[in-house]
Amino acid sequence: MAAVMASRSASLVALRGVGKIFPNGVRALGGLDLDVREGEFLALLGPSGCGKSTALRVIAGLSEPTEGAVQWLAGATRRQGDSRIGFVFQEPTLMPWASVFANVALPLKLKGLSAPKAAERVEAALERVGLASFSAAYPRELSGGMRMRVSIARALVTEPQLLLMDEPFAALDEITRFKLNDDILRMWQTLSTTIVFVTHSVFESIFLASRVVVMAARPGRVFAELTVDAPYPRAEDFRTSAEYAAYCRRASEALAQAMAAGGEA
Amino acid sequence: MTLRPSSAHFRESRNPAGEQRTGSPLSRGRAELRERALRLALPIIVLAVGLAVWELVVRLANIPPYVLPAPGLILKTLVADRVLLAQSVLVTLKTTFEGFLLAACGGVGLAVIFNQSRFIEYSFYPYAVILQVTPVIAIAPLLLVYLQPQAAVLVCAWIVAFFPVLANTTLGLHSVDRNLADLFSLYGASRLQILWNLKLPWALPYMLGGLRIAGGLSLVGAVAAEIAASSAGAGSGLAYRISEAQYRLNIPRMFAALLLLSLAGIVIFYLLSLINHLALRHWHESALEREG
Repeated sequence: MAAVMASRSASLVALRGVGKIFPNGVRALGGLDLDVREGEFLALLGPSGCGKSTALRVIAGLSEPTEGAVQWLAGATRRQGDSRIGFVFQEPTLMPWASVFANVALPLKLKGLSAPKAAERVEAALERVGLASFSAAYPRELSGGMRMRVSIARALVTEPQLLLMDEPFAALDEITRFKLNDDILRMWQTLSTTIVFVTHSVFESIFLASRVVVMAARPGRVFAELTVDAPYPRAEDFRTSAEYAAYCRRASEALAQAMAAGGEA
Repeated sequence: MTLRPSSAHFRESRNPAGEQRTGSPLSRGRAELRERALRLALPIIVLAVGLAVWELVVRLANIPPYVLPAPGLILKTLVADRVLLAQSVLVTLKTTFEGFLLAACGGVGLAVIFNQSRFIEYSFYPYAVILQVTPVIAIAPLLLVYLQPQAAVLVCAWIVAFFPVLANTTLGLHSVDRNLADLFSLYGASRLQILWNLKLPWALPYMLGGLRIAGGLSLVGAVAAEIAASSAGAGSGLAYRISEAQYRLNIPRMFAALLLLSLAGIVIFYLLSLINHLALRHWHESALEREG
């Protein structure tokens, strides 16, 4: 088995025996035990339908588990309504009627922050994703990659302790995806936040994450765990290294076994 | 009468998209210009030919004006009766406008209330439907029993016009993007914040579509009620002029009043289309060209 235990640091959030049964009877998660450690870049890797997005929604408080518990580190972010969680959806999920600026300002506006105070933080967030000069543009006028950057800026504007990303780059072309992978790593390092990143791409998970959790389906559960010890910053040379290829092979094997265990062809 | 606005709707909705094209090659721009010119010129040619044939037939066959007046005579009547007709236009437009405003407020207001409480929606939505499917021309005489003619006319205009606003706005409020709704709840938005910052903007294009239909319908409602009221000997709107002229066998004036009603309908429709376009031009699919 490819699983390697990492050195334990404090868990920001811990899922204990979490199960989720949807009203239509589908069992999306069952007995899911997952620790998200402070400051780590955790990738949830698995075949489609293995419940990784559901797990992310449970962590965000957008979905209530039907069994088990979600425990937060004392003093840390608790749940829904807390601006210290940022969420990036698979789609950019922007308000089409609002400018880039207004979209990024939304979380602050909902918190009741005054406009001048918000403006500074919005501009900083846009600067961080390289869209400072597009604040007056409408989402329609941007490319897919730029819209995703706006979405990331919106998630970062509250300076979240935990950033949850649900296959954010799956719909983008490879060139844009590589660029955004580089950027998200740089942001993670400068912001020293914790990221949980859901993906079905072995290569993306190894490139980004310090720890990869492979999930199996029916019901969604943790199947294997892989610590990626390669040092940050990671860039193009890591992507072409033998070490990277070796990690990818191990992750692929684990994924194949997980799919066999989940009853997929 | 209801067919005309809907066919015009399709024609109109494609035009703004054409204007939004930027950086298109010159040849494409020229082809578009020709297309637009054709769209404008062809109906005008049809109108001119139709009027000429009408005038000729009336003159050659010596048809008396109380059977079928020639277009020239209708125009003359329009000019001769201009003071009387202008007053009537104002009366009808005022009723239409008031009915439309009430329908807009009522329709949007009810949709918001229904959206906030499923209990209220289930309780009252069926009655909104019943009000809509009962022909207004049949309700008008009854309303005249209980209400002053002017009020009855207004209520009719409202009854006919509010439903499309209600139905469309309700659809819009219910079709909010789920991820965006999740995002709002993630950031702990209140019901009012969700309504104001998410649901209403999301429903705006639907709402405007409903209002565009309601504009024409409030004119229909006002006219239907005026005709019913005129048999009770009251009113001075355009529809009243039509039935009055009918009793006096003043057929040219009937045509003149009818022409004015048509024009009023067209103006209302294009005004609402303009508002629709101005409100959505920055962001909505219907007002934008697809990305290349």
